[in-house]
Amino acid sequence: MGWVLDNLGLIGELTLTHMGLSLIPVILGALLSIPLGWLAHRYPPARGSILSVVGIFYTIPSLALFVLLPPLFGFSILSELNVIVALVIYAIAIMVRSVSDAFSSIDPGALRAATALGYGPWQRFFHVELPLAGPVLLAGLRVVSVSTVSLVTVGVLVGVKSLGYFFTDGFQRRIESEILTGIVMTLVVALIFDLALLALGRAVMPWSLLAAKRLNQEVS
Amino acid sequence: MEVFADAWQWLVDPQNYVGEGSLLQRSLEHVGYTLWVMAVGSAIAIPLGFYIGHTGRGRGWTVGITGAARALPTFGLFLYLVLVIGVERREIAAVIALVLLAIPPLLAGAYSGVDQIDRRVLDAARAQGMTGWQLLFRVELPLALPLVVGGIRNAVLQVVATVTLIAYVGLGGLGYDIIQGIPLRRFDQMIGSAFAIVVIALLLDAVFAALTRIVTPEGVRRAGGEDIRARENSRR
Repeated sequence: MGWVLDNLGLIGELTLTHMGLSLIPVILGALLSIPLGWLAHRYPPARGSILSVVGIFYTIPSLALFVLLPPLFGFSILSELNVIVALVIYAIAIMVRSVSDAFSSIDPGALRAATALGYGPWQRFFHVELPLAGPVLLAGLRVVSVSTVSLVTVGVLVGVKSLGYFFTDGFQRRIESEILTGIVMTLVVALIFDLALLALGRAVMPWSLLAAKRLNQEVS
Repeated sequence: MEVFADAWQWLVDPQNYVGEGSLLQRSLEHVGYTLWVMAVGSAIAIPLGFYIGHTGRGRGWTVGITGAARALPTFGLFLYLVLVIGVERREIAAVIALVLLAIPPLLAGAYSGVDQIDRRVLDAARAQGMTGWQLLFRVELPLALPLVVGGIRNAVLQVVATVTLIAYVGLGGLGYDIIQGIPLRRFDQMIGSAFAIVVIALLLDAVFAALTRIVTPEGVRRAGGEDIRARENSRR
């Protein structure tokens, strides 16, 4: 407990850094996987290849990706960009399939009705498809957010500071409570993100509260 | 790009295939840890998942725990366990931490495998006079197997990736040359090892993908009702 009280400043600072490092991949991952997943859903020939490429990325271990990306993209291995790009790739890998499933699960009758009412393709996408796919998208996004928050900690091995710093530093200095603090704070950040996503879902899709609950149970 | 050429040089260098710490030894260690962890994890989680799916007891907390466990940073848990159990027994700490990582997907696969079986099939089996054990081994197990193997596949994927990190405390595996190479800026061995891990992960994943297809009972395959892979993946 003594260590925690002496290091409140550092704990707060690294928690904020950790949140920043996790937030960007979650947002970018969602923005990029929606069009990709939609393409996979809309064009069945592309579906197989999009999903298998994404599946291969999901298979690559994070530490390996942190090492492989810098020479490919030309940034330093110590750069925060390294961790962020790797996590965006994972976010897409996890989410594209659920985006594609989300769009495929929409009742085609609803889409035909929208077209019959005179919706253009873009209008139909934003006013009919996206809202109807929303609950499943949210469930996918929650999985992405939890796993991203946890994976950010591995970045400390290539020198990107996050709550993972407490793991390596606590281990080297043999301070058990320091490691424990890192673990607990990572769980807290994951919980905050999850609650924020739930609140977001409730705000933009008030009708889908029950559906989201059901789907989330299925996903986990 | 020339670092990739260096990495390739490192990968094909015959020096890396002999003696202590050879690429071959590291690969075997890596796969060895993975298999150990999967054996222990499966022995715990698969019977438990079957029990939960069969009886419907503890369904709520299973879903809750498997969801929350995803947030647990395994690397931190591992280092914590090493300090608590003792550095000289760090292999045990590694296995415990990795088993905890493997349990949620294994449990989810076993539980949902049994849970998704059509109740009418079970009623029909009972009506034919099957006993509880017959029902388990001749109806529930074969019908659940594709999702169980799917769960094993998900677990293997995460364990293979995370075994990389145990080298931080001087244990073996393919992470060794990466973690040791970072402070030395030895990009050839880091990228070469990373490449080897990716290959092993992809190979293991392909094996389990094939296994999922093989264990799908003939009848289920013919009915062609559901895409098992899609189901299993939507659970990630």
